Amino acid sequence: MIEIFNIFLMAMLVITALAMVSSRHLFITVMLSGIFSLLVAAIFLFLDAADVALTEAAVGAGISTVLFLGALALMDVEETARGERWVRVSSLVVVAVTTIALVYATFDQPLFGDPNAPINLHVAPWYIENVPVHMGIPNIVTGILGSYRGYDTLGEVFVVYTAGIGVLSLLGDPVKNRMNRPVQNHGLRHYLIPRVVGRMLIPFIILFGLYVQFHGEYSPGGGFQAGALIAAAMILFAILEGENRALNVIPMRVLYLMMASGALLYGGVGVATLFMGGNFLEYTVLGSTMVSGQQWGILLIEAGVGLTVTGVLITIFHAFAARSNL
Amino acid sequence: MAWVDYFHYWVFAILLMIGFFGVIAKRNLVKKLVGLSIFQSAVFLLYITMGKVEGGTAPIYGITDNTVFSNPLPQVLILTAIVVGISTTALGLSIVVRIKEAYGSIEEDVIHEKDRVE
Repeated sequence: MIEIFNIFLMAMLVITALAMVSSRHLFITVMLSGIFSLLVAAIFLFLDAADVALTEAAVGAGISTVLFLGALALMDVEETARGERWVRVSSLVVVAVTTIALVYATFDQPLFGDPNAPINLHVAPWYIENVPVHMGIPNIVTGILGSYRGYDTLGEVFVVYTAGIGVLSLLGDPVKNRMNRPVQNHGLRHYLIPRVVGRMLIPFIILFGLYVQFHGEYSPGGGFQAGALIAAAMILFAILEGENRALNVIPMRVLYLMMASGALLYGGVGVATLFMGGNFLEYTVLGSTMVSGQQWGILLIEAGVGLTVTGVLITIFHAFAARSNL
Repeated sequence: MAWVDYFHYWVFAILLMIGFFGVIAKRNLVKKLVGLSIFQSAVFLLYITMGKVEGGTAPIYGITDNTVFSNPLPQVLILTAIVVGISTTALGLSIVVRIKEAYGSIEEDVIHEKDRVE
C-alpha cells in the first residue's frame, strides 16, 4: 500500500518538474517549485529520512520559494524568447540519449531496499552500533553529523557563511539600500486576516524551532533545521509587518554577529579541544567521561550551526527585500 | 515486482534530465537556476533512495522496538547539502539580479546581443 502511494508521489513529482520547466510564466514556476519541494519532503519521509524531510520542508518549500519571489520582484516574470529551434531540438536529443543511458545503468544498481547493498555494508553498521556507545544519544544522524563527520559539517557551515557574505557583497548593505528607497514597504500590515493568523503562528514556529534545535539529539532535528525554521518565522514576520519592523526586532548588526559567531563557535570548539589535549573536534576531552564530552561537543556545535544558518538566511532575505524598488 | 525496485532510480534519471534540459535549453536565467535546483533534488533523491533498507525505520533508537535502521550516512550528507544548496541558489539569484540591473534583461540572447553591440 505504501509502495503505491510512493509511486503516486513520484509521478506527481515528475509532472510538477515538467510543468516547472515548460511554464512560460516565472511566477507559476516558482509557486510550483514550492509544491515540488513538499513532494520531495514527503518522499524522503517514506524513505526513512526524517531529518532530511524536515530540512527539505523548511528550506525548500519555505525559504527557497520566498527568495525566488523576492528576486522575481526585481525582474520581468514573463519569459519572452523561447530560444532558437535547433537549440531546443539538439538539447532534447542530448537529454533523451542521456536518460536512456542512465535508465540502462540503473539495472546494475542493487535492488531497492536491499540490506546487503554495498552502501549498507561499509561504515554504516559501525556508525549505527557505536553512536549509543560513544555519545549515548538515540538519533544516529545527529551523532554522525556532529561528531564522526564534524569536519564535513564545519566545512558546510563555512560554505553557508561564505554564501551569505557573497550575497551581501553582490546586493549591498540592506540598511543603506533601504534608506535610498523612495517608498517604504509596510508589508501586509493593512490586511487583517493574514496579520492575525501570522501573529498567532510566529511564536509557535519559533518555539518549535527551538525545540528542534535542543531536542535534535533525541528526535529528528538539529541546527540546520532549527535555523531554517526560525529564519522562516522571522521572514513571515517581515512579510506581514514590513521589513523595517523586522529590522527593529533583529537589527542587521545582530544578524552579522550571528552569522560570524556561529561559525566561530564551531571552529572555537575545535581549537578548544586542541588546547585540552585532544585532536581537532575530538569532543571526548570536553567532559569527565567520553559520553558527556561528546554530548557537550555536539550541543555546542549544533548551537553554532543554528546561529549561522539563522543569521545567513535572514540576511539573504533582507538583502533581496531591500534591493526591490531601488 | 521487478520494475518497482527500479522505479525510484528511473524517477531519479528522469528528474535529473528534466533539470538538465532546463539548464541547457532555456534562455531565461531564473529558469536555468530552477533547472539547476531540480537537478540537485534528483541527486538528493538518489542518495536517500540508496540508503533505504527494506523493513527499516528512521535511524533513531527507541522510537519503535525495531532495530533495523535505514542507512544514516547518506542522510547526513544530504541534510547539510540542502542548506548549502539554498545558499548557493541565493548567491546565483543575486548575480541574476545584478545582471538584470546592468543589462535590463535576464534573457540570455538579449544579454549576448548587448555585449556584441558595445
